[in-house]
Amino acid sequence: MNRFEYTRAGTVQEAVQALAADPAARFIAGGTNLVDLMKYNVERPGRLVDITRLPLDEIVQHAGGLRLGALVPNATVAYDPLVNERYPLLASALLAGASPQLRNAATTGGNLLQRTRCYYFYDEGTPCNKREPGSGCPAMTGVNRIHAILGASDTCIATHPSDMCVALAALDAVVQVEGPDGRRSIPFAEFHRLPGDEPQRDTTLQRGEIVLSVDLPDEDFSTHYTYLKLRDRLSYAFALVSVAAVLEMDGDTIRTARLALGGVAHKPWRNAEAEGRLQGKPATPETFREAADVILAEARPYAHNAFKVELARRAIVRGLSQAAAGTPQSQTDKRIA
Amino acid sequence: MAKPMLSESGSSAPPETIPVTLTVNGQERQLRVAPWTTLLDLLREELDLTGTKKGCDHGQCGACTVIVDGKRINSCLALAVQKDGAHVTTIEGLSTGSLHPVQAAFVEHDAFQCGYCTPGQIMSAVALIEEGRARSRDEIREHMSGNICRCGAYSNIVDAVEDVLKNKGSSFREAAE
Repeated sequence: MNRFEYTRAGTVQEAVQALAADPAARFIAGGTNLVDLMKYNVERPGRLVDITRLPLDEIVQHAGGLRLGALVPNATVAYDPLVNERYPLLASALLAGASPQLRNAATTGGNLLQRTRCYYFYDEGTPCNKREPGSGCPAMTGVNRIHAILGASDTCIATHPSDMCVALAALDAVVQVEGPDGRRSIPFAEFHRLPGDEPQRDTTLQRGEIVLSVDLPDEDFSTHYTYLKLRDRLSYAFALVSVAAVLEMDGDTIRTARLALGGVAHKPWRNAEAEGRLQGKPATPETFREAADVILAEARPYAHNAFKVELARRAIVRGLSQAAAGTPQSQTDKRIA
Repeated sequence: MAKPMLSESGSSAPPETIPVTLTVNGQERQLRVAPWTTLLDLLREELDLTGTKKGCDHGQCGACTVIVDGKRINSCLALAVQKDGAHVTTIEGLSTGSLHPVQAAFVEHDAFQCGYCTPGQIMSAVALIEEGRARSRDEIREHMSGNICRCGAYSNIVDAVEDVLKNKGSSFREAAE
């Protein structure tokens, strides 16, 4: 790990100022991803601005819904009574990710900002356009089993690793941020970005902006939902493909559908056309397969990840079936219902 | 307390250390730490509490699990300077004279082979029982999934944790008091 200066921020304003004052500074909260990346020399900050003492560690109800402070640990969100009552999809996704130890340390804001687990990004002995822009992408012709099938570019085929973010995408959360130019709200779909020709940028956050909270809309998402995660082992592994689904039903007919995929792209993947086609249709496997076909028509697999296209197709059908039936995937009993 | 360290570039001024107060196994310690010192390295290298193990050093194996302010975390991914004011319990702080019920259950069920992951397994199991969320064997496995055992003693580890959960609840609570 490189040597660095350490600053402990007492207020949000102090934190924003500390970052603006030092181009080599980075925020640190739980540190579960940043410290790991520093041990691999992937991140080499000149200064860490510790934000863990900021008053952003509460879950509060407000007019617009439920506000998750940026510093609320993942475990606290996962077991929060209100989250479980109204947004069990989010609790389920959180419990599908990481380990109890990591969920105790990792924060809501940090989870949004975790980096890809692409092997080449982590290995400073290889080129990587995300780590060193312009150096190349060995994943495209190398080992790319875990990589993207949707929305990738000629510079980067990395995936976003978070489970929580897939649920937040399906829930249409809003990220509140503050920076040198004040506060702004970012709809979740616009928070993460596709790699394009700037794969070094994972999000649309501007330099010096800090995440204050993640706001969940004031709706009841507790009946027809599921988080279905498929991976190489039953626990403590990143998703090869995951599906977050939330439906509103009129009997057996779908009134509205929200569907986000994890493990397949540089950001949680939504497809408005597919969601629109589900509206007003009977909740049958045929309907769900049609939606999957729309989503996966754009899929562009590489040498080792073509299996993800069929895996995603089946996961979408299974996830929508679970959500329609009101039988969400358990995160302890791993049998897929 | 702080040891001299060279900066990686081999140049510049000696690193600044920062005062930190930690209560480790009930004992308050006034320390000075370099900001890049992990809690794991502080415990092992400065405080000689070598029961907490360094396995992968990347938060993947759980050998470094300790309990900080009542919650189990990977001490390898925690910067000590960020834990100023915290209460830390390590494997050395569990027993007071006799074995902690979880330690005794690991012995009784032969829940290890080489033993390297065991302090982390035990700290994780102690926290799991305190959390009170795991009851069935499936749930114990899921809630212990952050602790890898490369010898493969998993079935006996689940036996040990299940035994404490089902049969030793009262003695566990007495030990915790």
